[in-house]
Amino acid sequence: MKHTAAFISRRDGVLLAIIAVVAIAVGLRAPVFLTLRNALDIANDSAILAILVMGQMLVLLTRGVDLSAASNLALTGMLCALAGRAWPGLPLPALLALAAVIGALLGAVNGVLITAFSLPPIVVTLGTLSAYRGAIFLASGGAWISDHQIHPLIKGLPRETWLGLPALLWLALLAVAATAWLLRWRREGRELYALGGNPSAATYAGIPVNRRVMTAYTLSGLFAGISGLLWVGRYSIAFTELAAGYELTVIAACVIGGVSIAGGIGSVTGAVLGVLFIGVVNGALPVIQVSPFWQQAIAGAVILFSVALNARSQARGVRQILETKHTAVTAGVAA
Amino acid sequence: MNASPPLLSLRGLHKRFGPTHALRGVDLELVPGQALALIGENGAGKSTLVKLLTGVYAPDEGQILLDGQPLRFANAQAAQAAGIVAVHQETVMFDELSAAENIFIGRQPMKGPRGFRVIDWARMNREAQQALDQVGAGFAATTPVRQLSLAQRHLIEIARALSQQARVVILDEPTAALSQAEIRDFYGIVQGLKSRGVAVLFITHKFDEIFAVCDRYVVLRDGASVGSGAMDKANEQQLVALMAGRKIEDIYPHVPDQRGEVLLQVRGLSHPTEFDGLDFELHRGEILGFYGLVGAGRSEAMLALMGLNPGVTGNVKLDGKTLKINEPADAICAGLAYVPEERQRQGGILPFSVMHNISLAALAGPRAAGNERLSRGPWLSHAREQSLAARMIERLRIKCAGAETPLSGLSGGNQQKVVIAKWLGLNPRIVILDEPTKGIDVGAKQAVYQLIAEMVAQGLAVILVSSELPEVMHLAHRTIVMRRGLQVAEFARGEADAEAIVAAASGLDGGNAPRQALSASAHAGKAYTPELAA
Repeated sequence: MKHTAAFISRRDGVLLAIIAVVAIAVGLRAPVFLTLRNALDIANDSAILAILVMGQMLVLLTRGVDLSAASNLALTGMLCALAGRAWPGLPLPALLALAAVIGALLGAVNGVLITAFSLPPIVVTLGTLSAYRGAIFLASGGAWISDHQIHPLIKGLPRETWLGLPALLWLALLAVAATAWLLRWRREGRELYALGGNPSAATYAGIPVNRRVMTAYTLSGLFAGISGLLWVGRYSIAFTELAAGYELTVIAACVIGGVSIAGGIGSVTGAVLGVLFIGVVNGALPVIQVSPFWQQAIAGAVILFSVALNARSQARGVRQILETKHTAVTAGVAA
Repeated sequence: MNASPPLLSLRGLHKRFGPTHALRGVDLELVPGQALALIGENGAGKSTLVKLLTGVYAPDEGQILLDGQPLRFANAQAAQAAGIVAVHQETVMFDELSAAENIFIGRQPMKGPRGFRVIDWARMNREAQQALDQVGAGFAATTPVRQLSLAQRHLIEIARALSQQARVVILDEPTAALSQAEIRDFYGIVQGLKSRGVAVLFITHKFDEIFAVCDRYVVLRDGASVGSGAMDKANEQQLVALMAGRKIEDIYPHVPDQRGEVLLQVRGLSHPTEFDGLDFELHRGEILGFYGLVGAGRSEAMLALMGLNPGVTGNVKLDGKTLKINEPADAICAGLAYVPEERQRQGGILPFSVMHNISLAALAGPRAAGNERLSRGPWLSHAREQSLAARMIERLRIKCAGAETPLSGLSGGNQQKVVIAKWLGLNPRIVILDEPTKGIDVGAKQAVYQLIAEMVAQGLAVILVSSELPEVMHLAHRTIVMRRGLQVAEFARGEADAEAIVAAASGLDGGNAPRQALSASAHAGKAYTPELAA
């Protein structure tokens, strides 16, 4: 986190401050909220969301959206659970690879439909959202895979502790680091910003637009697939409605974190803060004894409020046509 | 001088887009160390040609030869790899990325072991800074492009061309948004490119620029090359005749001066950042021209009149009564209509039929005084809609297969007529036309001019915002010149020559000419030439 702190923008600073204020306010009423134990719980609860958000962010940067993320998660999770039940001898690396491959394939289907047929991403991923959900029913026959049928290694993974931190948190950090590396240090990453910011200019600049879009959806799928395995393990269950509607939470975290729905704008730091924000709000409401009926409504309202706040700060700058003192000063310096 | 063999030759290039035959036989040759002027009116096919050369489109017929070898570019990257680089008319840049990233996008220097290669930011920023310094840009390579002016963006594009070791550089109207001082720096840059042995294709319709930097010319008209030769044996009249294929006087209709009483009075129209203190009147039956460089604030002022630009102060009177314009409905009710510059983005709805585009404003618009009713009670009357469309198609002589044809199937000029027709359906008193002939061919232009003449003959008042000088000079009764958001001059028709108007628009008329940060680094532009070859 030290590394990203150097790149922290003003916007991210404000979001961090809001998160801190919420945490402290809740902590004043319920001191238990500010313990390390609770912080780790929130981090653990947010880990899967963070992995999904990394994938979604790559897609949003290209002016797209991946609505099928949660369906992909559920389908991959179900297929891994079925595979684990059928072959109890499968080792963990094989299970992880299986989740990654299935997830990436499902993501690549989105990419192919979008690039090969020039279809709008929202339509394609809305279609696969339903299709993947339906496929879960076909694969499982509508049955639940419950606790005792889940492969012990799938259940074990989210409960591991490595170097004093939960394994889930490590995996999330890995996903965040990989995404940050891609976006900062690789051409492919920079080109995602470029083609989302100005698609026609990207064509002129010779960026292989379709290949990059494919990459974004495939990676989004890959992250969703891994999340599927983790989700099934953490909650020890796989069924058709697993994580239904969760894609909206994922997109909300991105938007709160300053990733533009219009493409080309967004930082890993911001997206992670968006995840933390949702984690803190969701963690705080039960602590201050808000009735579960109100929790969802309040969480939604808080998200809307912060998105509205963001939209205001992100409003396009005005065109500066008239001469200002500022430009005159710049001219003087240049001379 | 012509001893060197051509570097790039085009032989009989053709390109079609649906019904439009954009290029019908283009031949030209580019020689190292020389600049070739590609001259033609808007819509003559210049931009299409650039897209063929840069690999954005593939030609339907004909050959592109580089060093005598036929080439087919699979994409824009292939053209760049062959050493052909374009500096575009409307800069195509990535606002959120830095200048350095814009220069190196798609070919950033990399470092590190195989498989883990990462972008070498330090080297990229360093090399970008060198390229920027060579063209005399006075800003850091790490500056985000969104903070830079149009002129500074052009410098980035030229720096990009230089850093790519380009052999052919295409300059597509690079001076459209530059001030006169910046244009002179720009000449130095073109000379520098030539002395390095680069073949330059210079596209512009400003004749002083052609004579200043070009060695040869090719004239394009209606998609075909119609003449070529050495620059020093040509004169302006010759070139104009070749470009237009007819005399200029034949293109513009005669608009007699039948101005009536003052219709619209604008006092002190101001915006915090875009324009300041605009004062003008518009008479019944008058064409009022607004001329200026791209980005001078003309469109922004018009948007303000239409209630589309918040934060505006000032006083607007119609028929002597103060008019409150808070939203477009207020302006439309008062009888104002605005035909926007970006026809496709702000004007017409391409998948809609011609009829639905025409009826759109009358349907959706507020109940203006002269607004034709297309509904019968709560229901839309299909018959009335059809009748309106049929009348407009006839009145504006819109060429289309029928009122049911989608707008996307029409040529650019006819699309423009449909967009104008949409607003005429509201029976407005004042029509604001923003760059109405941008990107349409000469024939279509003539039709638009004719239409403008007819509108004022019927007593409408027209505000004509245009960057085409001949257009405002021949059509407008009076022309207001704007520069950097200020109203700097006003000329009556026939009162001033082209030079005087351009000088006012670009800040060369003496006095307090505003200078941008860029022009402060004028010397660097000339100094860069010798080091480059090394």
